[in-house]
Amino acid sequence: MAKEFRRGKMVPVPSHSIVPERDVNRLPVLECQHLGIDFGGLTAVDEFNLTIGRTEIAGLIGPNGAGKTTVFNLLTKVYQPTRGTILLNGKDTHSMTTSQVNQNGIARTFQNIRLFSNLTVEENVKVGLHNQIRYPMWDGLLRLPRFWKQEKLAHESALELLSIFGMQDLASHEAGSLPYGAQRRLEIVRALATNPSLLLLDEPAAGMNPSETADLMENIVRIRDTFQIAVMLIEHDMNLVMNICEGICVLNFGRIIAKGTPEDIQANPAVIEAYLGKQKEA
Amino acid sequence: MNRLKKTTVVDFATYIGVTIAFLLVLGCQKGGLLTNAMNSWLVPICCFIVMSVSLNLVVGISGELSLGHCGFMCVGAFTGIIAGMSLSDVIPVDSVRLLLAILVGAFFAAITGVLVGVPVLRLRGDYLAIVTLAFGQIIKDLINCLLVGYDSKGLHIIFNIGKKTVNDLHLEAGGVAIIKGAQGAVGIRKLASFPAGYLLVMVSLIVVLNLVRSRAGRAIMAIRDNRIAAESVGLSVTKYKLMAFVTSAALAGAAGALYGLNYGSLVSSRFDFNTSILVLVYVVLGGLGNIWGSIIATIVLYVLPEALRQFDAYRMLVYAIVLILVMLATNNEHLKEMLGRILPGRKEADSDG
Repeated sequence: MAKEFRRGKMVPVPSHSIVPERDVNRLPVLECQHLGIDFGGLTAVDEFNLTIGRTEIAGLIGPNGAGKTTVFNLLTKVYQPTRGTILLNGKDTHSMTTSQVNQNGIARTFQNIRLFSNLTVEENVKVGLHNQIRYPMWDGLLRLPRFWKQEKLAHESALELLSIFGMQDLASHEAGSLPYGAQRRLEIVRALATNPSLLLLDEPAAGMNPSETADLMENIVRIRDTFQIAVMLIEHDMNLVMNICEGICVLNFGRIIAKGTPEDIQANPAVIEAYLGKQKEA
Repeated sequence: MNRLKKTTVVDFATYIGVTIAFLLVLGCQKGGLLTNAMNSWLVPICCFIVMSVSLNLVVGISGELSLGHCGFMCVGAFTGIIAGMSLSDVIPVDSVRLLLAILVGAFFAAITGVLVGVPVLRLRGDYLAIVTLAFGQIIKDLINCLLVGYDSKGLHIIFNIGKKTVNDLHLEAGGVAIIKGAQGAVGIRKLASFPAGYLLVMVSLIVVLNLVRSRAGRAIMAIRDNRIAAESVGLSVTKYKLMAFVTSAALAGAAGALYGLNYGSLVSSRFDFNTSILVLVYVVLGGLGNIWGSIIATIVLYVLPEALRQFDAYRMLVYAIVLILVMLATNNEHLKEMLGRILPGRKEADSDG
C-alpha cells in the first residue's frame, strides 16, 4: 500500500533552482554551474545547473541515454567535466580525485552493483569506514593496542550501520553471495559508512518488486531524517520518484528540460513529450 | 569481533604448524636422518617460501600479475652479500651480520619496489605483467655489469660498461672484490642457517597475515575486487597498491639476502625469468590468496624436481606432467566433494557460495 510521505515546501533560490524551505538559509550541499562534458565531438551533458539543499531528496529522471549516470560520474569525478564548476559544500571540486570527492562528502551507489564481492558483508562496510576509523599500517602489522581498539569500534559501527536495513545477521556472509536486493541495500550501507553529506543513488529500486520498493522509499526518507543528509537519486520508478523526491530535475539529450516539484513535472508538456513523444496535431 | 577472532585462530594455527614442521626437521637434522643433499635444500626452501608468500600478497591479495618477482630477490641477494661481506671486520658476530644483511637486502629491494611500482602500477593486467617481466630481466643484466670491492677506504663500486675489470676498482692490497661482473659474487662466507630461514619465514608470515587482516589489507582487497567502487568510498588506489607491492618487494629482498649468503658464489642469472615463473607456479598451485597453500606448494614443488633426479634427462618432463595432474585433480568436482566431506570448514564455504 502506497504511503504518503511528507515533502517539504519548495522555494526558489537565486541560482534558478528550488530547495526545501527548511534549507534555504543554509549552504547548499551541491551547486552545479554550467556543468558540461564532451566525449570527442559528442556533448553528453551541457549547461547542467542545479542546487541541492542540505536535507533535500532530489530526483534526476529522464529517458534512457539522457545522461543521468554521466551527471553522477561528473559529480564524483569519474569523468573530469569539460566545462563548468561543481561546488560541494561550497568547495570547488575541480582539482579533486574521485576518492577526495568522497572524503569531502559525496558517496554513491552504482547502477550495475559494484560490491567487493570476495569480502564479507561486514568487511564491505568496514572498507566504507576506512577514512572514519583509522590507524596507521604499523599498528596493524604489529597488532598494537590501537589496532584492537579501532577494529572493535569498526566492528560495532559496521553492525550499527547494517542494522538500518536489518542486515546484521548477514554480516559474515560473502557479499557476492547475497540476493540481488540485499546487494543493493549493502551498497547503500557502504556508501553511508563514508559519512557523506550527499548520497547519490543510481537506480536504487531497479529489479525490486513493489513491496521492496515501498520499503526502500521508507528507508531513503528515514536515512535522510536520521543522518540529516541530502539524497539525489536516479530512478525510473515514477511512483518512487513522485512520492519521495522534493525537487526533480528532468534530463533529455544531456540538457535539463524541466526542474520543479513533482506536481510541476507531472504537468510539464516538455517532460510528457520527452517520455511519450509529441502529441499528433488533431 | 567474532570473525577477527576466528581468523586470528587460523593465523596462530599457521604459525604453530610452521614451528612444528621446523622443529621436526631440525630434530631429523640433529638425529642425522637427513642426507647431505636434503640438508642443502633447507635454506633455499625457506627462501622460496618467503618468496611465494610475498608474491601471493601481490598476485593473490592485491590481484596484480607480477612476473618479475625474482628481480627483487636479486637486488636483495647482491646488496645483502655486499653488506654481509664488507662488514665482516666491523661486526664479527655472524648472526648479527646476517640480520643486518637481510635488513639491507629488504631495504634496497623496497626502494627498488617504489621506483618500479610508482610508474608501473598505473598499468593493469597484461601490461603490468609485461613491464614487471622486463624489470626482472633488466635487474639481472644490470647486476651482471656490476663490479664491487672493498678495502680499508670503504666500498668501491663501478659499473662495467665496455671492458672494465676488477683491476679498475683500484683496490688496496688486502682489498677484497665482492662482485666480479658476469662472474657474480664469489668467495661469499656462508652466513645463512636453517633456524635463520625459519625465523624469516615466520616474520614474513606475520607481516603478510597481519597486513591482510588490518584496515590496509581490507583496502588492498577492496581495490582488487572493484577498483571504481574502492575509489568511490575514498580509498587511494595508488597508495594501497604500492603498499602491497613494496611490502612484497621488501620480503623478497630479505629472502634474496638469505639465499645469497647460503652459497659460496652466486651469479645473477640464477634469478632469471624461469625462477620468477617457478615462484608464480608455487603461488598459483597453492591457491591465489591462500598463504597455507603457498607454503605447502613451495615445499612440494621444490622437493619434487630434486627427488626426480633419478629420471635424469626426463626430469622436467615428469615435473610438468605432475603439475598438470595436480591442476586437473584440484579442479575435479568429485575430489572437491570428497574434500568437502572430510573438512567441515570447506563444506560450509561451498554451501555459502
